[in-house]
Amino acid sequence: MLKLNQSVTPTQITHGQRLWLYALVALILAFLIIPCLIVIPMSFSASQYLEFPPREWSLRWYRAYLGSSEWMAATWMTFKVALVATILSTVFGTLAAYALAQAKGGLAKLVEGLLMLPMLVPIILVAVGVFFVYSRTGLNNSITGLILAHTVLAMPFVLIAVGNGLQGFDMNQEMAARSLGASRPWAFLTVTLPQLKLSICSGALFAFIASFDEVVVALFIVGGDSSTLPRKMFANIRDQIDPTVAAVSTLMIGLSIVLLVAMQYIKKQEGAQQG
Amino acid sequence: MKELSVPDELTGMTRAGRDEMARQLARDELKERWSLMSLTLPGFMLVLFVLALPLAWLCWLSMFDASGALTLANYERLLKPVYLSSFLVTFQLAFCVTVACVLLGYPLAYLLSQLPERASQILMAFVLLPFWTSVLVRTYAWLVLLQRQGIINNGLLSMGVIDQPLSLVNNFFGTAVGMVHVMLPFLVLPLYDKMKNIDPLLLSAAANCGASPAQAFRQVFLRLSLPGLTSGITLVFVLCLGFYLTPALLGGGKVSMWSMKISDTISLFGNWGAASALGVTLLVVTFGLLFGLRKLFGLNGGGKR
Repeated sequence: MLKLNQSVTPTQITHGQRLWLYALVALILAFLIIPCLIVIPMSFSASQYLEFPPREWSLRWYRAYLGSSEWMAATWMTFKVALVATILSTVFGTLAAYALAQAKGGLAKLVEGLLMLPMLVPIILVAVGVFFVYSRTGLNNSITGLILAHTVLAMPFVLIAVGNGLQGFDMNQEMAARSLGASRPWAFLTVTLPQLKLSICSGALFAFIASFDEVVVALFIVGGDSSTLPRKMFANIRDQIDPTVAAVSTLMIGLSIVLLVAMQYIKKQEGAQQG
Repeated sequence: MKELSVPDELTGMTRAGRDEMARQLARDELKERWSLMSLTLPGFMLVLFVLALPLAWLCWLSMFDASGALTLANYERLLKPVYLSSFLVTFQLAFCVTVACVLLGYPLAYLLSQLPERASQILMAFVLLPFWTSVLVRTYAWLVLLQRQGIINNGLLSMGVIDQPLSLVNNFFGTAVGMVHVMLPFLVLPLYDKMKNIDPLLLSAAANCGASPAQAFRQVFLRLSLPGLTSGITLVFVLCLGFYLTPALLGGGKVSMWSMKISDTISLFGNWGAASALGVTLLVVTFGLLFGLRKLFGLNGGGKR
């Protein structure tokens, strides 16, 4: 039972004296969570306009989404790009993190700085720059171009996640394997990689969501026919507020929840592994 | 080391042979180091091609005209009122959003760090879910909440609090609200980490030494949490400067951010010279703040620890 006069901090402040803080934080949490949940009930409205709460419930806007070849094409495009970009950025990022964890000196610092650049440069500049280079190399409006750009944007997440994992890893284990006759790649694959599994998975999750949600670069370099889901949503939101977007948003929130739960699971496993 | 090595008579090695071996080892080490670095090559080449090369190109475009002569015309153009007002709006917005994030984020992170493990984990989901939800989806939700016929206006109207719908979106206010929502987790997460690592015994000690709760908080907790707060502030401010998506959707064309000016200069006017000068300036300011503030705060934080 919560007692208001019970002291809760090392400085003997009681629950009662902190009620204002609890109220304030409750408001802040509401501010954070309401925009993530409000569209869910609205997406099940039967009306032509967005209503809250809906007067009549239906799956009308989900049918509109599933029945539209444009929305479907955009969805598959997004998944395809995100999957390939995740695989590429995870492989490249893991290799780089592994090398940079052992390499020392100015060159390694320089390479690391360059690989982290996509996270620091404002996204609009990435978009403009990519557009400029692609228009000279014929990669605009191509799925390859979009995949390459998303791979670059996602790589820092993998680099950070795997780099963190490698910090707690004793490289001598690999040395031991090599002294027993394993080649370096074999030692990496059989000794190091299994222990980095969780870090790599969390990096890959970040990479996937980074590509899946990416709008600004897609706005610049993707043409009308091969739109991605976020790009189509952006255009839709700007031009008209169509409840189909609410249905798509709800599905995307569902995906975020799934990925968040997966991430928490990985963290838990990591904690168990360490402790 | 020499004293420890095995005498040559026992190994049957000559001095020259030993030197040769040392050279071989050094060569092997160098080879291994380079083969290790070559693992970064795929990522390195990709970033070079997709990002570094275009950025260098933008720098070049901003400084040289079509005939290849050095010119500062593109940068002089930035002093025009239309660009200056855009810089002003961008900094105003970044400032307001950062202040709001601190005012909301500090109490939130503080309470989360103080609650029992289980409770803080559950409440943390309220911070993490927005963090993992697409910015686009959240911006859309704010549009739905704030627009003229939106949930907030309709609610207030039906309760009789107001008789005219308030204009909550397509202006500075709506943009700021949407941006605070996006940025808040970026401030709270590092701050929470920092606060979690503050030893509660230090506060007990302060209380023992006669500090009032407010004094103990101000002189011990606040100071120890400051490095986490300043790194959060830096991150939020810098991210705000280059923000595109939320201002583009919630600003209703009235809030002209730096990033939107860049995009408009290209898509509406096709003026690559002006756009690249804007871009290079944004890049320089971003990196200047990122490293400048880090250095400034880093020194302060180090002094107080």
